[in-house]
Amino acid sequence: MDSLRLRARVLARVRDYFARAGVLEVDTPVLSPAGATDPALHSFRTRYHGPGPLHGSSLYLQTSPEFPMKRLLAAGSGSIYQICKVFRDGESGRRHNPEFTLLEWYRLGFDHFDLMDDVESLLRSVLEGLVPLESVDHWSYRELFTEVAGVDPFTASAAELRACLQSHAIDPPVGLSPDDHDGCLDLLMTHIIEPRLGPGLVFIRDYPASQAALARLRPGTPPVAARFEAYLNGIELANGYHELSDAAEQGRRFEQDNARRVAQGLDPVHVDTRLLAALASGLPNCAGVALGIDRLLLVAAGSDALGGVIAFPLDDA
Amino acid sequence: MATYSTNEFRGGLKIMIDGDPCSIIENEFVKPGKGQAFNRVKIRNLKTGRVIERTFKSGESVEGADVLDIELQYLYSDGEFWHFMDQGSYEQHAADATAVGDAAKWLKEQDVCEVTLWNGTPLAVTPPNFVMLKVTDTDPGVRGDTSGGGGKPATLETGAVVRVPLFIDIGETLKIDTRTGEYVARAKE
Repeated sequence: MDSLRLRARVLARVRDYFARAGVLEVDTPVLSPAGATDPALHSFRTRYHGPGPLHGSSLYLQTSPEFPMKRLLAAGSGSIYQICKVFRDGESGRRHNPEFTLLEWYRLGFDHFDLMDDVESLLRSVLEGLVPLESVDHWSYRELFTEVAGVDPFTASAAELRACLQSHAIDPPVGLSPDDHDGCLDLLMTHIIEPRLGPGLVFIRDYPASQAALARLRPGTPPVAARFEAYLNGIELANGYHELSDAAEQGRRFEQDNARRVAQGLDPVHVDTRLLAALASGLPNCAGVALGIDRLLLVAAGSDALGGVIAFPLDDA
Repeated sequence: MATYSTNEFRGGLKIMIDGDPCSIIENEFVKPGKGQAFNRVKIRNLKTGRVIERTFKSGESVEGADVLDIELQYLYSDGEFWHFMDQGSYEQHAADATAVGDAAKWLKEQDVCEVTLWNGTPLAVTPPNFVMLKVTDTDPGVRGDTSGGGGKPATLETGAVVRVPLFIDIGETLKIDTRTGEYVARAKE
């Protein structure tokens, strides 16, 4: 019951924060004929039997409200936020539940640096009197890997990344192909870096271009993704982008994702053509971030597993 | 043998790793914010007892290990093998010194032990949590000293040496906790 009250209180504070900031709360569909193409995301699918043109078609349960929210932004909504349920098949563990509550927001005129400040200020306001925010650190992805893992993620080959894993006593995992560069980086992140992030709020920014997802690229040598992740007390909490607004580039990334899905033996996902049309009509310059509410509650409650802050986890749903 | 996907991993599941039967102790699902999911697994090698850590790409499959824990009655040792019997089928199994390991010093004829079989061969022997064993050698008992302070070594009928209170005499039967190797009480005759 304490965790229910904590959830209600945290959500009230979130809404209060955005009301004061003049950010509009919105509500977009959970079901859509288009889904997320990211090969690492697995959407639940269901079938619609009712009347209308979608009769008999397969619908995806959203993995995030990003696409419809961007359509609202393109239609002139101004800065918006949403608190909603999202669904990800295949994700279950101490810090994962196949359905969870996401807070997603977009600020017009912000880049990812402005948005990191906004995340910090929201967390200060929401966590006040619950848990102290001990420190705030900013790292670039490259600095962090060089400092903590002792390897440059932008210049090391997949073989060198594997050697680095082994130097940290991590055996290359079963099923990871020898030339999977990003797979090795993901492993270094989950096995070496995350456990050493320590207490406080840590922002990691400027991800490799291959991990841009829906972020725009910042030119440079090498170019980096204008993307950040926020970790609170070592728990991955939020992922944000200076949003990609180039419809053609977005279309290419969807195609690449689907090609990778097929190569991995996964079903391709129906691309959101309405999002592409909205981007083509013009997405205002904005940055957006998705923050896991259940994980935030985990930190606020000083708990170790999501089961402690979700009323009924999947096994008990 | 069946194969198991990482989605079926749970504590106690027996799988083959590098040709050895292993038991999963702990299975953790990890995933960076964006990117691939992995299962980080702590595994006990059932042949060596060593605990190792392995990472699997989520969704991968692993061969299961034909490992079975059954209750068998200990019969006797011929010096090289320890012989056990299934009290239901009367089938006998011979365990070598590697499989019996430290359990040897607690094995008393007719006691029922948990034996781990891999492809039908004993891999490990777990003695009962509590065994009743007779004292074959110890210093003379000090009558009336029930303080429990101090203590002295006593050799038991199986050859095991445990620390016992001062009042214990040769010929007495003691209840021993095999998990800690500690004296629990004098057995009531």
